[in-house]
Amino acid sequence: MVKRTPILRSLRARETFWFYVFASPWILGFLLFYFGPMIASFWLSLTNYSVLLPTRFMGFSNYSAMFEDNLLGISIWNTAYYAALAVPTSMAAGLGLAMVLNRGDLRGRSFLRSAFYVPAIMPLVAVSILWIWLLQPRFGLINTLLYFLSIKGPNWLGDPAWSKPGLVVMNLTGVGINMVIFLAALQGVPTHLYEAAELDGANRLRKFWHVTIPMISPAIFFVVVIGFINSFQVFTQAYIMTEGGPADSTLFYVLYLYRHAFNYFKMGYASAMAWLLFVVIVALTYIQFRLSLRWVHYGGQ
Amino acid sequence: MAVNRGVGDPQVTAAPTFSIYRALRLTETLAVHVVVLAGGLFFAFPFYWLIITSLKTDTQLFIWPPALIPAPVELKHYGDALEAVPLVRYFFNSLYLAVLNVLGVLFSCSIVAYAFARYRAPGSRVLFAVLLATMMLPAHVTMIPLFIVFRSLDWVDTLRPLWVPAFLGNAFFIFLLRQFFMSIPQELFDAARIDGCSEFGQYWRIMLPLSKPALTTVAIFQFQFTWNDFLGPLIYINSQDKKPLALGLQDFYKTQATVEWQQLMAASVMMVLPVVLLFFFLQRYFIEGIALTGLKG
Repeated sequence: MVKRTPILRSLRARETFWFYVFASPWILGFLLFYFGPMIASFWLSLTNYSVLLPTRFMGFSNYSAMFEDNLLGISIWNTAYYAALAVPTSMAAGLGLAMVLNRGDLRGRSFLRSAFYVPAIMPLVAVSILWIWLLQPRFGLINTLLYFLSIKGPNWLGDPAWSKPGLVVMNLTGVGINMVIFLAALQGVPTHLYEAAELDGANRLRKFWHVTIPMISPAIFFVVVIGFINSFQVFTQAYIMTEGGPADSTLFYVLYLYRHAFNYFKMGYASAMAWLLFVVIVALTYIQFRLSLRWVHYGGQ
Repeated sequence: MAVNRGVGDPQVTAAPTFSIYRALRLTETLAVHVVVLAGGLFFAFPFYWLIITSLKTDTQLFIWPPALIPAPVELKHYGDALEAVPLVRYFFNSLYLAVLNVLGVLFSCSIVAYAFARYRAPGSRVLFAVLLATMMLPAHVTMIPLFIVFRSLDWVDTLRPLWVPAFLGNAFFIFLLRQFFMSIPQELFDAARIDGCSEFGQYWRIMLPLSKPALTTVAIFQFQFTWNDFLGPLIYINSQDKKPLALGLQDFYKTQATVEWQQLMAASVMMVLPVVLLFFFLQRYFIEGIALTGLKG
């Protein structure tokens, strides 16, 4: 029987065999580190699991408890506030820098590109500690610079109104990543499109709006989607620099989730929070994808 | 960009407005350079500040306006920091994790990406879709059950939870490498197969040597992620002698009765330096890697 197997079928069987052999590390990893934990996480969210007490099934009461949790509301507001400031500023700054660096008359481009990019790869812990010092109200660099511009700098991390903007300013040091993405996109815009626009009498603003923006729209889309996903998970800065304060003004969602899981050991509730985060991220990304159909142009369209 | 096209346009060059046009253009070019230099300073300055703060004396630290150049230069804070916390230990813990993580993802992600790029099997398309879907899943969803799993294995307060998963693949890198592998001509593998090269041999002797740039990109990304990771060590590590730099540095800051800024900055310099050095030697791969990830949008 085996000998009679048509050669094509045996080739296919071989291919299947090798596919599963080579893919097995990830399949195993997926089952152990994604699928299993996902199921477990959902189950946990229906219990009062904590490392300390016996586990009891609670139905959806963790989820309904979220509606009563004032601090959760505050953390959602803080996170949305931060994302609403951080995403547009880092996108605009990245695009602006890329546009300038893409100019033909600029000297020393690769040096400048590195200068802007290096801060983006710095360890966030070190950057956070550095920025506590830079944002220090009296001796900090930022307020000193503001003083020379005759502006009285705020008590950044000590003032509930300025703590989030302070973190947004610090976030701008990571703009180099967006800049490199935009720079690659800008270099992919064919020159003849600009020439055609010029023949039609377009000025710079119109060229920017009608040629550059549509042509790099996939990159803009990418930066915005990733920007929101990252901003929703902001954690390290707040944990190190402000510990959620002052007055809970930097209590971000993931920081609050972390506290429930690893400080209060309310892992059931924390799992429910994690699922809410997941649903929000998926929903937001889905909406952005739907909206993108109207404004993102992929090549050849 | 084609913003300043038309220089060689005969009508323009012949016109008497030529010199005004040229002057305007020069002014603009000059202005652009000034703006860019100012911007470059703005970005580079915090890190200049990091270094000079680590070299200042106590009296210099709190004078106003702040001194731009430390005089005298005081190197003792580096020694003090090394004495105050086991920075060398932290450093080698970080290095250990980084090396294992890099080896792990290089092996696991390349072989899995090879499977997805080269073979078609029942279920392979579904699995690829699943792979893409896992990139959406925030780490925080699986963080708690994973903690429970590692806890039941008695792996809490060991470095294992921080490197073992790397050997079982990473969706993002698999995707990145698969895209790269797809661009390598199929004929090379067919020829090798006819010459009697095994399936593993085709992966090892043809695909990997041809993919050095992509593999380098993956390696430096993973190095950087591991070196910079804070949440992982925060959850799993308690003992001083097992802390990597990210956690050790944070701990150093939190446990000081009065903040010793110079020592903190000195310790930060020690953490930042390897990443910066890596960047200067492998710049190309950093930049290309980022551009590559941007393209997938």
